[in-house]
Amino acid sequence: MFSLARLYTTSRKLQVLSLLFAVANIGARAQDNVFTGTNTGVSTIRIAVADFKPSSADAQTTPLKQTFDTTLYSDLANAGIFDIVSKSLAPQVTPGAPNEMNLQQWSSDPANAAMVAFGSLGVQNGRLVANGFLFDAKNTQYPQVLAKQYSEEPSEDSARLIAHRFADEIIFRLGGGVAGIAETKIYYVKIGGGNKEIWEMDYDGANQHAITHLGTVSLSPRVSPDNSRLAFSSLGRDGFQIKTYSLLLGRMVNFPAVGGTNLSPAWAPNGKEIAYSSSRSGDPEIWIADLNGNLARRITSFRGPDVSPVYNPKTGAQIAWISGRTGLPQLYVMDSDGSGVTRMTDGGYATSPSWSPNGQFLAFAWNRKYGPGAPGGQDIYVMEVATKKWIQLTHDGGRCDFPSWSPDGRHITYANTADGRADHMKIWTMLADGTQKRALTGTGADMPNWSWK
Amino acid sequence: MSPTRTTSSKVILMTAVVLTLSFVSGCHKKSSGVDPNSLGPTTPTVAPPTASITADPLAIDLGQTVVLNWRTQNATSVTIDGVGQVNANGTQTVSPANSTNFHLTAKGDGGTAEANVRVTVRVPVAPTVPPPSGNLPGDMGSDEEFHKNVQDAFFDYDSYDLRPDAQAATAQAASYLAAHPAIRVVIGGYADERGSAEYNLALGENRANAARTALMAAGVAPNRLRVISYGKEKQFCTEQNETCWQENRRAQFSLDR
Repeated sequence: MFSLARLYTTSRKLQVLSLLFAVANIGARAQDNVFTGTNTGVSTIRIAVADFKPSSADAQTTPLKQTFDTTLYSDLANAGIFDIVSKSLAPQVTPGAPNEMNLQQWSSDPANAAMVAFGSLGVQNGRLVANGFLFDAKNTQYPQVLAKQYSEEPSEDSARLIAHRFADEIIFRLGGGVAGIAETKIYYVKIGGGNKEIWEMDYDGANQHAITHLGTVSLSPRVSPDNSRLAFSSLGRDGFQIKTYSLLLGRMVNFPAVGGTNLSPAWAPNGKEIAYSSSRSGDPEIWIADLNGNLARRITSFRGPDVSPVYNPKTGAQIAWISGRTGLPQLYVMDSDGSGVTRMTDGGYATSPSWSPNGQFLAFAWNRKYGPGAPGGQDIYVMEVATKKWIQLTHDGGRCDFPSWSPDGRHITYANTADGRADHMKIWTMLADGTQKRALTGTGADMPNWSWK
Repeated sequence: MSPTRTTSSKVILMTAVVLTLSFVSGCHKKSSGVDPNSLGPTTPTVAPPTASITADPLAIDLGQTVVLNWRTQNATSVTIDGVGQVNANGTQTVSPANSTNFHLTAKGDGGTAEANVRVTVRVPVAPTVPPPSGNLPGDMGSDEEFHKNVQDAFFDYDSYDLRPDAQAATAQAASYLAAHPAIRVVIGGYADERGSAEYNLALGENRANAARTALMAAGVAPNRLRVISYGKEKQFCTEQNETCWQENRRAQFSLDR
């Protein structure tokens, strides 16, 4: 929590700037209701990544270096703040140390890089050792921006981890002090054999593995702000109940069952409360309990479904959620004590809100022409909370749902099914302006939730 | 006579003592009632005892153990019903044979405090073999018989209001349930595959509850009805057309065995 809080205060301006830039970009192209009306002129940094130099002849070096090089390149290319020099334009050299670096090669055409990342990697004495450097290619006198050394057990996972850490250092330095996301996780629902289990993967789709083995339908995984627990909803004999799983203990921890259908948990940013939908009173309403499920109190009271609460992660003082109190489900915002209810969407079918880390934006799924026989699809939208102005991030790609912001506020992960079939859902990621879409999983993966850090 | 006299004089003496005591304490009470300040600063104020008790876990299967944990303050005597006299603070592992209220009483100079925790013991019930045939008391009858007489209720899209056909279905179900008092019913709420999973589960809950409310209004006891929402997690039909979607928008009645 401390690092998050610090992150927000020190980096808010840049985060906002970069997102506004992104928004202005797409706004100029697609919509007349842009957020700022100005292109703030923030430009991306052109960065080149040299393949690392093998520093030993150990047999493991070559495959691990391959993994490292691929991961580092991909992390920087996907960071959303770089214009990365494609490998085909980069010089065919592998400088392993500062004295082997010829900046002229990298700063001139065709690479024309402003920054160069390079270094050496190899297995020495049973350890995977990497030396990484970041040089300012235009500053020939004092080019060094960053120098890092890493030493881990030699394994594929370690090679990826080192690459993620080095990438996060570079992104932190060049991205205005916003921590990178290369070490974050995405939790999701894996569909298979009639059941749905909770799975975890790295932010780039690597290392996909199961967390739960409950043999039932489990939905809506949400990781706690400190990455220690997962809350989700699971089908038992008496319907759906909130369950919690300790990622530290590796087992389920008690969350008491209550009457009715209990769905869509959401962690307060202080990690001490969970908001969720419960129909114990006969109608699905938003309730808040402590993280052990005790002291539950109801904060909505209106006939019709109320589901999918999400806290404002910046303040913890507001909750956005979905309510069907007027018919089709709409996006609403209220204070976390249930007062000050404000409707955000003006029609259609809105679901699955996710609140941006800086508190300014809501991402959600919206079908603006929902109805029997109506055209149109369910797409991902971003709305500025203060003005209710929105932009559409996905178009004509089949049904999209469950957007979830990355902790740096630059990315959104979501689920998409091209043909509309639920079992064909895949998890995707994109920049928060809707560009650079790419799939992270194969079919049968749904409801992604990006970790808080 | 001498022993008798001695005894009676003892009785007199004791009576006098008791009288004196009660007079003194009565006077004490009276003066404190009239003017508490007149008692002066020497009267000690005795803090009332506090007591709390917890059990972990709160529910067990028969034969498992529960850890009781209690804390009291300012108590001179602490007892727990079924355990007996205990220390002021402590923990104890117990294995009750059936659901038990552990009632803690802490007595002190300042009064009495009580705390309570209930431990639920799940006692396994041996499965009873259903009789081979016939509609004996307690028999719910066959699924075929039930579904022949009770139809599911269907709904419009994004609606949990009972349409006329759904009202007819619930009325029929209610009369069948009235005629077969042994039957308990689980009402499943379902939604079509369009829209979002979380919202559809809430909608399914509302659909099942609409059917439950109609049955209750028709006189079915609520403890015979159990509601589960499946949203769009369990589909009756998986094609993408209105016929199929209508199949999936329903409140399903089944025997709750």
